Amino acid sequence: MKIPAILLVCALAAAAQQLTYERLLHPEKEPSNWLTYSGNYAGHRHSPLTQINDSNVGKLKVAWVYQTNSLQKFEATPIVIDGIMYVSEPPSNMAAIDTRTGRALWRYRRQLPDDLRVCCGQVNRGVAVLGDLVYLGTLDGHLLALDTKTGAIRWDTVVVDYKLGYSITVAPLAVKDKIVIGVAGGEYGARGVLDAYHARTGKQAWRFWTVPGPGEPGNETWKGDSWKSGAADTWVTGAFDPATNLIYWGTGNPGPDWNGEVRLGDNLYSDSIVAVDADSGKLKWYFQFTPHDVHDWDATEVPVLIDAEVRGEKRKLLLFPNRNAFYYVLDRVTGKFLLGKPYAKQTWAKGLDDSGRPIRVEGTTPTLQGVKVWPSVAGANNWYSPAYSPVTNLFYVAVRDSGAVYYTGEAVYKPGERFDGGGFRAIAGEEEQGFIRAYKPTTAEVAWEYKLHSAPWAGVLSTAGNLVFGATNEGQIFALNARTGAPLWRFQATSLLVRSNPMTYAVDGKQYIAMTLGNSLYAFTIE
Amino acid sequence: MIPVLLWFLFQAAPLMDLPNVTENPYAAAADIALGQKLYKGRCAGCHGLTGDGGKGANLAVRDLPRAQTEQALYRVVRYGIPETEMPATLMAPREVWQIAAFVRSLGSASQDATRGNAAAGEQVVSAKGGCLQCHAIGLKGGRMGPALSDIGGKRSPGHLRGKLLDPAADLVDTFRLATVTTKDGRKITGVRLNEDPFSIQIRDFSDGIHSFFKEQLASVHVERRTTMPSYKGRLSAAEIEDVVAYLLTLRGNVQ
Ligand code: HEC
Ligand code: HEC
Repeated sequence: MKIPAILLVCALAAAAQQLTYERLLHPEKEPSNWLTYSGNYAGHRHSPLTQINDSNVGKLKVAWVYQTNSLQKFEATPIVIDGIMYVSEPPSNMAAIDTRTGRALWRYRRQLPDDLRVCCGQVNRGVAVLGDLVYLGTLDGHLLALDTKTGAIRWDTVVVDYKLGYSITVAPLAVKDKIVIGVAGGEYGARGVLDAYHARTGKQAWRFWTVPGPGEPGNETWKGDSWKSGAADTWVTGAFDPATNLIYWGTGNPGPDWNGEVRLGDNLYSDSIVAVDADSGKLKWYFQFTPHDVHDWDATEVPVLIDAEVRGEKRKLLLFPNRNAFYYVLDRVTGKFLLGKPYAKQTWAKGLDDSGRPIRVEGTTPTLQGVKVWPSVAGANNWYSPAYSPVTNLFYVAVRDSGAVYYTGEAVYKPGERFDGGGFRAIAGEEEQGFIRAYKPTTAEVAWEYKLHSAPWAGVLSTAGNLVFGATNEGQIFALNARTGAPLWRFQATSLLVRSNPMTYAVDGKQYIAMTLGNSLYAFTIE
Repeated sequence: MIPVLLWFLFQAAPLMDLPNVTENPYAAAADIALGQKLYKGRCAGCHGLTGDGGKGANLAVRDLPRAQTEQALYRVVRYGIPETEMPATLMAPREVWQIAAFVRSLGSASQDATRGNAAAGEQVVSAKGGCLQCHAIGLKGGRMGPALSDIGGKRSPGHLRGKLLDPAADLVDTFRLATVTTKDGRKITGVRLNEDPFSIQIRDFSDGIHSFFKEQLASVHVERRTTMPSYKGRLSAAEIEDVVAYLLTLRGNVQ
């Protein structure tokens, strides 16, 4: 049958439907897609797809591989919308990829200056999409909007001056008609911001400084002028709750990392979760996990939002397994501390008081000669993602168990130069431990654990197919039974580092699991 | 087979070896003369004999944005600009410096006196020329042709002038029109985004993106032609110069 031309045009226009905020609010209505960094605003990294499940996952095979033209770490979580994948590549590049074949539809390559300031690799963790634009933060401190259909630059806004020690590695988050983005620069004393830009034009909508300036509440928690180089950067994508209209975003270490003498005080809002109004960027509440941190324990983990009963009351919660080795449950309406307990070896705090403030162990502050403390600088958890399954009501976390020797050093701030004030090294002879653990979300009780060979740098994905996917430092991606932790499938993908998170999508009625492993993006499916 | 392989070995990801100097050590008149000869063989095909023609960037300017220091120029000439059409070229260090000296001389010698008016050119592009129907510049414009937001850093004035007068003479290599017919008789025409022996990807004129495995298709027809109209006679010579002047200002600096 010959389709009349007019009908054909309509069909295609429908296929090229735009990604609206309405769609971002309800990703569960379109499980074939993966619309935001964590799959939904609540940070769940969970998919309702069941085609790949605990009975057939053993048959999972590589469908295609997309290799990046860089040996920098490939950390991005792809976004998939209606059969097209948008993924950032190191250092500040991106591609739109056909999800059936793995072929690029367009590629964007950014020319970067030579004098970038990055602490830990020229990386990028992903993009955001809204309407017909896709948003990418760059190592030279810009936020770009590219045409989803062609990759052409539509606008280019300077967020921060990279020469002051900033870079952008975080995946932006599209909220309403704005693009929310944070910055990195914690090892350069670059004073943190959380910004929102109008999605259509790139004009700034609001800015929240994570270190308060003079006259603002919290500025008194920094001795002298130390707030100016206070860091507290915002380099991991946060969560959003349309009911509270709050954006929840983690902040990084205070600057300098290890020499706290030059910045006496609690150093607000470093190592905190900040809850800011999505329309104005005004601070509603904050909770600081590690006041006056001297171990570089950024609270740049992914906040996970669930609703559940705690202390006899049904509440809106925020779950936060912190780099400092304590697992926190907060009330996300008020910021009230509800629960906190260690979930990996830690030697720095005797415990938390009723308000959640740590009770420090003496002698754990870094010294010139070095002092041994657990957890290590990489922490019990890090930027990679956890997953929450509403099906099993379990919270899956890739847990690291290791210590470090921390020492102090000179800390003289010069804009744009490293500002660490010390350092760390591994504990000779110590073997790092690693686990995938399933926690009961409100009590942090372990339901099961799967032991890894070493402390992981990759996050997890849970699916309604009763599966949890993760990856190892040794280059494998694997699947576990979501209820028992029993291993069901594995694939040796790379001899390089795996530092990323798995995701899933479906196209033409077929489910795929996708993850960047080494310098390649793999898509797996069952034939 | 082997020559192709070797070419890749040398061109794709050369280990950069940059001389640690701030001044060009080979910039005497004799070096420039030799540089000109080397340039003629290796560069002029893309940049034109005087640096202002061909599909490459304009070199007949005082300030080269990607080569602001002598070391940066050395790097661009020897190693190219990764992920653009500007290739690496195998040469001895002395030859690189001699070409670099010649490139600098292009900028100081010919400052184009007859250059058009960029502001007037912007008007022509958005109104009389109707360019934005097909081309994106920043927030504005369509998708029938390639985006022009950074065209000023990519192409010479000579090439841009030629594109306006005779668009079919020199086509954008990556921008081809494709028509596929599926085995069930559907026909789809659009811009080819990618192709391999097994599949083809197309963006149709309503911006729908399609991917086909070739076994689903009855025919694939890729054309080397352009939908861009010629502006010869439609725009005056002065207007053409104004448009060229405007296009040269577009360097990804949208907004
Ligand atoms: C295959 C075509 C081609 C060849 C051959 C070529 N170039 Fe280029 N060149 C380009 C293109 C295209 C650009 C612009 C790249 C971009 O930014 O997209 C460019 C950019 C440049 C630039 C940067 C200009 C600026 O705006 O800063 C310089 C300098 C340059 N070329 C010099 C040379 C020299 C010298 C040679 C010979 C050794 C050469 N090129 C050979 C195509 C070519
Ligand atoms: C009907 C659509 C259409 C219109 C109108 C149009 N173009 Fe084009 N143009 C194209 C297409 C398609 C291409 C790519 C194919 C080719 O010609 O190589 C192109 C290519 C170009 C290129 C080469 C780009 C490159 O990467 O080298 C330039 C420059 C250009 N157009 C400028 C203009 C200007 C300036 C105008 C208005 C005065 C204009 N065009 C009007 C369709 C159009």
